This record gives sequence, C-alpha cells and structure tokens, in this order.
Amino acid sequence: MADITETRVTATPVARPRKRIRWDHVADHAILIAGALLMLVPVYMVFATSSWDAITVHREGMQFGFSDQLGTNYDAALFEYGGFTDSVNGVTMLANSLILGLGFAIGKIVVGMMAAYAIVYFRLKFATLAFWMIFTTLLLPLEVRILPSYEIITSITVFGLYENGMGNSYAGLIIPLIASATATFFFRQFFLSVPEELIEAARIDGAGPVKFFIDILVPLSRTMIAAMFIIMFVFGWNQYLWPTLITTDESLFTLVRGIRQIVQSYADGSETPDYGQAAALAIIAMTPPVLIVVFFQSWFVKGLTESDK
Amino acid sequence: MAQVTLNAVRKVYPNGAEALEPSTFTIPDGELCVLVGPSGCGKSTMLRMVAGLEDITEGEVSIGDRVVNDIDPADRNIAMVFQNYALYPHMTVARNMGYGLKNRGMDRGQIAAKVREAAEMLNLTEFLDRRPSQLSGGQRQRVAMGRAIVREPDLFLFDEPLSNLDAKLRNQMRIEIRALQRRLGTTAMYVTHDQVEAMTMADRIIVLSNGHIEQIGTPNEIYEHPASTFVASFMGAPPMNLLDAEAGQGRVTLPGGEVVPQAGVNGHTGAIKVGIRPEDVAPSAQGDLSFNVDIIEELGAQRLLHGKMAGQDFSVAVPKDQEAATGEMRLALKANAVHLFDADQGRRLG
Repeated sequence: MADITETRVTATPVARPRKRIRWDHVADHAILIAGALLMLVPVYMVFATSSWDAITVHREGMQFGFSDQLGTNYDAALFEYGGFTDSVNGVTMLANSLILGLGFAIGKIVVGMMAAYAIVYFRLKFATLAFWMIFTTLLLPLEVRILPSYEIITSITVFGLYENGMGNSYAGLIIPLIASATATFFFRQFFLSVPEELIEAARIDGAGPVKFFIDILVPLSRTMIAAMFIIMFVFGWNQYLWPTLITTDESLFTLVRGIRQIVQSYADGSETPDYGQAAALAIIAMTPPVLIVVFFQSWFVKGLTESDK
Repeated sequence: MAQVTLNAVRKVYPNGAEALEPSTFTIPDGELCVLVGPSGCGKSTMLRMVAGLEDITEGEVSIGDRVVNDIDPADRNIAMVFQNYALYPHMTVARNMGYGLKNRGMDRGQIAAKVREAAEMLNLTEFLDRRPSQLSGGQRQRVAMGRAIVREPDLFLFDEPLSNLDAKLRNQMRIEIRALQRRLGTTAMYVTHDQVEAMTMADRIIVLSNGHIEQIGTPNEIYEHPASTFVASFMGAPPMNLLDAEAGQGRVTLPGGEVVPQAGVNGHTGAIKVGIRPEDVAPSAQGDLSFNVDIIEELGAQRLLHGKMAGQDFSVAVPKDQEAATGEMRLALKANAVHLFDADQGRRLG
C-alpha cells in the first residue's frame, strides 16, 4: 500500500505536469451546458420576474434581477380572490389542478390496467380486435374529437346525477381525458412479459382472477404504475384546452387556466395585468410536477427500463 | 395420499395436433413416477392435465378415488414445482410458501407454524424474510418445494424442477427431492428429459415418445428389458448400440458375416436390430466380435471406445484400469447382453 502511494506521488509531477484537456469532452460539455441553460434560464427569469411589481414588468419586460415584491406577489397569487366573480384564489386553483392531475392519473391507470388484464389474460372473442380498436384511439386525441366530446359531456346524465350534463363538474373535467389507450398499451406489454408459470402457480395456490390481479399482478406492476403515474399526472396537470372548454364556473378553474386569466385582463383593456402575480402563479404551477418527477425519478426509470423478472 | 389413475387420457390441441395418444396407467399411492422422454413427447402435457392447467380432450384422470376432470386446479389438492420456480417475486419466502394456505382461509398462526416446519425441513429458516431475488438457484428451488410441502397435497407434480440448476447442484437436489418424497410418502409425478434423473429417482418410469407411452416399468426393467429401440437408445448413457443385422437359420448375422452369439431368434427371419449396451461387452482376445476403435474418450472412472463394428457405429465402455488403444480388437459379450428388436417397428423380440 505505502509503496504504491509513494511512487504515485513522486511520479505524477514528473510524467504529467497537468491533465491534458480533452477537446471532445469540452465540446460535449458545451453542448450540455447550452442545453441546460436553454431550459433553465426561462424558468429563472419567470422566478425573478415574480419578484417585481406589475408596472415595472409592463414597462421593462421580464427581469433578471430580484426586487422586493416576492412575498406580496406569491401571497396575492395564492390567497387573493380574483376572477370575474371573485370566487377563486390560487389555493382553489391548486386544489382543482391536483384533483384533475390525480383523478386523471389514477383513473387512467385503473382503467388501463383492467383493460390490459382483460385483453391479456382472458380468452375473449375478438380480444385482438378490441385491443386494436383501443389502440386506434391513440390516433384520436381529445383535441381531434373535442366538439363531439363536449356535446356528449354537456348533455349526458348519469343515474340522475348531473342533471344539467357533466359540464362544470370534476367528472366532466376528468372522465373524457381518461379515454385513451396509452396506459392500456403499456400495461398490456408489461403483462405479456410476466411468465406464464406465475399464473399457473397462482391458480394451483387457489387464487382466482381477482385475487391474482390484486395479490400478484398489481404488486408486480408497481414500478410500471409509478412511471405511468408520473407521466399521466404531469399530462393531466398541464391540460389547458379541455378545462377551458368544459368549465365556465370559476371555482373549477385550474392553475394553468388561472395564469391566462391574469394576463387576459390586459386583453380586456381594463387594467395593467398583474405580471408579477402571473409569474408567481406560473412558478406555483410548475412546482408539483417537478417535485413528483424528482421524488419518483428512480421508480420512473425502473418502470420504463426494467421488467423486474 | 392417493393413487393417480389415467384412463384413456388423450390430448388434441385446437389446431388438430395430437399431443398425447390415449394413455392408461396407474401410479400407486406413495410412488414417485417419472415421465421421461425427449422434448415434445407429451410428458409435460400429461402432467399439466393432471394438474388441471390443460384441458383433457378425452378420458378420465382420477386422484385418489375422485375423477378430477372438471375440478379446478386449486381444489385437486395437488402441489406443483415448476422449472423456473414460479415464485412470486414481490413476496418474501415465508409469504410465498404461505400464499396457498392463506387463499384456503387458514388462520395466520397456523400458516406461520406450517411454514416454519417446512422451512426447517428444507434448511430455509434463515431465509424466510428474504425475497426470491436474494436467493441462489438451489435455494429458490427449495422454496418452491416448500410451497408444495406446506399444502400437504395428495400429489406432488414436478415439471423439470432441476433443469435450471448447474450439474453439481442438480445431483444434490435430486437426492434431496427423493429423500423428501420418501419421508413424506406423498405420491409424485416427475417430468424430466434427463434419463439419469429418471433412472436414479423413480420408483417407476414412464417413457414417452411422440405422444405415446413406449414403456412403463421400474428403472431396472426399463434398463434390462427395453421394450423398443427408442427406449433402448434413450435410457442409459452412453446409449445402447443398435446394429442392423440379418436373422435366418436360427441365428443372427452381422453384415460382415460374423454371427452374434446369445441371439435366439424364435423363428424370426429377415432384417433385425441387435442391441448391445456398451458396458455389456469386454475386450478379449478370444472374443466373437471384431471391433475397430477410432476414438478413445476418457471419463475418469471408465473409458469409452468409439469405433465401428461390421461397418456400423459402436461404443464400448471399459473400466479405467483396462488399457485401450485404437485399432482392431476382439470383443466378448457378457451374459444376457443381446437385445433383439423388430427392424421396422423397433419393438422388442422375445
């Protein structure tokens, strides 16, 4: 041990006075740093801007430095009631966004898993046809079928609930978004990779279809579920078009929608839009998806890359 | 504890392929019966029909005195050990072993006691809290066995349980499984393609080929009196030598004109197959048969001499203390060394 350290200490300065610069590494890093800046600087600018008062931002544009309005802006963004009816503040919108994001992610995972379970494990007539029909819906996202979807949702009544259709309700907000094939497709591929013997062992162990699903398949899919959850939550959280269309009641507005609402007031011509507040709201809107991705990152990578035997 | 009876059981797949011709046999209570044959011979299909994992096209399977054709696998009171263990990866060893009992509605304390008992029997006690992924192949196999044992089944089903293990471990597990089955006295069906496993473990062997039963018998019977050329060449390593020969005038003649001693032909004439096990001949200067050695294989305990007899491939096993060299030599037969088979069908004659 001692010998080795000694030789290294004496040899290093003689043979290599300095570490050679590897130009290809420099180029790699330059590209990576440029990419990172491209992504991060706008976020930073929004954050910096959120500390300025509306007038400055309106006059001088986005800001790089910080001012003293940070607390006021966030406080206003979160707790000040606004909108046409003064019935919504940042916290309500945050709650609405959470409900949409969670409802969408959970609903999609539950429906997707059950559909995939039916397709993969049961000998159904036309199972392949059913799968391809579900798969085709990937080609028909909500935006394409938005008018008929709107028509249906605003006129539908379910068991006497929603007498005036599902417009202006959480159900109307979430359910139409759930109908798509991504989760079904991913879970189908995953279930196909689960060894056949596991099902047979479970059958001999006396597990029926429901038990097998809950005791074996769901725990086995947990990394997959986590990955799906992240993707779906962020997707649901960022929804804009559909919530704009289906909710007119301001107490159901989501954060993404609320940001626009603040800037909107300028277009209405009445007053200077509260840019600082809008920027603060944008930062607030960004935070939960970022936190979820940060915390579930390792699961996410596992779920998409590793099939866990 | 139960005997297993198959009565004209047949399996035809929806695409019309006949995986198993109607087969009838009984496995007496407490016996370990090995189904052996090359891949695709129908042995796994047979096992899976007994397990209830595969529909039975025709015929009846009974376990004990109960026909189980329409009974769900969980209610047949069987336990199965799979080739890839089929342990539940997200459950601990203890939960893996107890899962079947839990589904039967047994209470927790009782399950824990049974699992502990089985774990002790299999030296798994210290691993009860581990996941299958933290265990070696042999340990996983033991867990799979433990899962079978705790159910106290009427019948064990083993589907090539040792194929995923390395050679050394396989030998060890072979003995363990055999000992365990003896101790518990539970009837067992054991599928393998490895004739060594079949010979060493079985009370009774069923040799299958192409969906039909070639022979049923004790290891000794199968080895000493193979019912067909298929059984003769499949069971035993190195396999039995099979030579084309001609029967006539009360004797059997090899193509070169040499007469095979010990061969009583019972009036059979024409083409015939002569079977001689490699270990049933010995080099001897006064031997009746000539043999030309091409290659010598050293196996440690014995040597294998590969070469030609009457222009056909032939192998001889000699003990390690006997010198051998390539080239011409004479061979003498030991007692009862010659098996005769029909040349077309491969059935045993006499």
